[in-house]
Amino acid sequence: MTEHTHFVEIRHAQKSYGALEVLKDISLNVERGQIVGIIGSSGSGKSTLLRAINDLDPLTGGEVWLDGIQVNKSLPHRQYEKHINAMRQQIGMVFQHFNLFPHMTVRENVAMAPKLLKEISKEEANQLAAEQLDHVGMLERIDYYPSQLSGGQKQRVAIARALAMKPKLMLFDEATSALDPELVEEVNQVMKKLAEEHMTMIIVTHEMDFAASVCDRVLFMDKGVVVEEGPPEVVLENPSQKRTREFLRKHIEGAS
Amino acid sequence: MDIELMLKVYPFFLKAAWITILLSVLTAGLGLICGILGASARLSRFSIVRFLGAAYVSVFRGTPALIQLFILYFGGPQIGIQLDAFEAGVIGLGINAGAYMTETIRGGIISIDRGQREAARTLGLSRWQTTYKVILPQAARLLVRPLGVNLNMLIKATALVAAISVIELTYTAQRYIGSTYKPFEMFLLAGVLYMIIIYATGRGVAWLDRKVRIN
Repeated sequence: MTEHTHFVEIRHAQKSYGALEVLKDISLNVERGQIVGIIGSSGSGKSTLLRAINDLDPLTGGEVWLDGIQVNKSLPHRQYEKHINAMRQQIGMVFQHFNLFPHMTVRENVAMAPKLLKEISKEEANQLAAEQLDHVGMLERIDYYPSQLSGGQKQRVAIARALAMKPKLMLFDEATSALDPELVEEVNQVMKKLAEEHMTMIIVTHEMDFAASVCDRVLFMDKGVVVEEGPPEVVLENPSQKRTREFLRKHIEGAS
Repeated sequence: MDIELMLKVYPFFLKAAWITILLSVLTAGLGLICGILGASARLSRFSIVRFLGAAYVSVFRGTPALIQLFILYFGGPQIGIQLDAFEAGVIGLGINAGAYMTETIRGGIISIDRGQREAARTLGLSRWQTTYKVILPQAARLLVRPLGVNLNMLIKATALVAAISVIELTYTAQRYIGSTYKPFEMFLLAGVLYMIIIYATGRGVAWLDRKVRIN
C-alpha cells in the first residue's frame, strides 16, 4: 500500500462517458490550508474533477484520498453509502446555482444537516446555524426564505450551510458565475475570509483576478488534462503553455 | 320536469351521495398508498422493481376500470377472492387510481431540480434522508394540484361500481328509475349531487394548494 502524505490526493483520475473521455489521468495534491484554483473553458473537465472529489460524479478510474482515507473506496453498496456519507460530511461544497432548499428558512437550511447528522440538540444546531450565518454576514436574514434573498445572499447562506458541518475541505464550483456582477464581491469577500482562516479550498472559477488574489496554486485544464500548474503569478501572468496563453487572451477579450 | 318527485326522493339520493363520498375517500386513500408505492418502484435503483412498477401502470391504465372491477368482483371467487360489492369497489378503483397517481407522483418527484438532491447528499445526508427531508416536502407541494385532478377523475369513476350493485349515487338513480320511470329527473339529481361533491373537492384542493405553496 502506498503512503498518502498529502491532505488531498487525486491519483490518476480518469472519467469517461462511453467513448467520451472527460478526465484523462489527472493527479493532484493539495496540502492542508492550501487554496487551489482550477480554471479552463467549459467542457475542460474542471467541474467534473471537482465533483469527483466528493464522488458526486464518480470516477471511472483512479483514486481520491482525503486526510489518509480513500473517498472513492470500492465497497458493497450499503457499506459504501455509509462511508461516503461520512466522507461528505467532511467535504463542503458550494454550487453555481446555490441549491438552497426553498421550503426551509435560512436557519433551517443551515441547521438541518448538523441536526440530522451530528450528535447535537436542536438548540445547539440552531445556535450553530446562527454562528455560521453571522460569519457570512447573513444573521439578520435568518428567518427569511431563500426566495426572499438576492443571489449573493443565497450563495453566502449556501456557504454557511456547508461550513456548519465543520468540513476539512471546501469545494467551490463556480460559486459566483450565476451572480449579477455587482453581487460577486460579497461572495468573494466571504471566500477570502475563509482563506485567511486557512480553510483548505479547491475553487473552480472563471474569475482570474480572484484566483490570482486568493489561490496558492492555479491549474489550467483543457480537454480533460491539466495543461499547466503553478503559482497564480506564473500561470495567470506568465504561462509557459500556448493553450494557457490562448485561453487567457480569449478570456480577457471576453471580459472587456 | 317533475320537481315534486325530485324533492321527494332527494333524501334517499343524499344518503347515497354519502356512500359515494365514503367510496371516494377510501379509494383516494388506497390510491395514494398504491401511488406512493408505485412511484417508489418506478424510481427504484433496482431494475426489476422499476419493471414491476412500470408493469403495474401499464396493466391498470391499459385496461378499462370496469373490466378490472368485473374481474375482481365476478372473477374473484373463482380464484378464491371473496369480496362484497363495496369492498371490491374500493379495492378495484383504488388500485386503478393508484396507477394514475403513480405517474403523477413520479412526475412531481423527478421535476425537483437535481441540484437539490446533490446539495443534500453533499452535506452527508443519506438517500433516504434526502428523499424525506428535501425531495418529498417539495414534491408534495407541487403535487397538490395534479393529485387534485386524479381525485376529480376518481370521484367520477366511482359511478362504475353501480355495475357491481354498490348502492351509491348512480345505482340509486337507476333503482329509482325502475319505480318512477323518470330517468331524466333521477339522473339529473344524481348529476347535480356529483357536481356538488366535485366542486367542493376542487375548492378544498385549491385551498390546500395555496396553503402549502412556498411563498
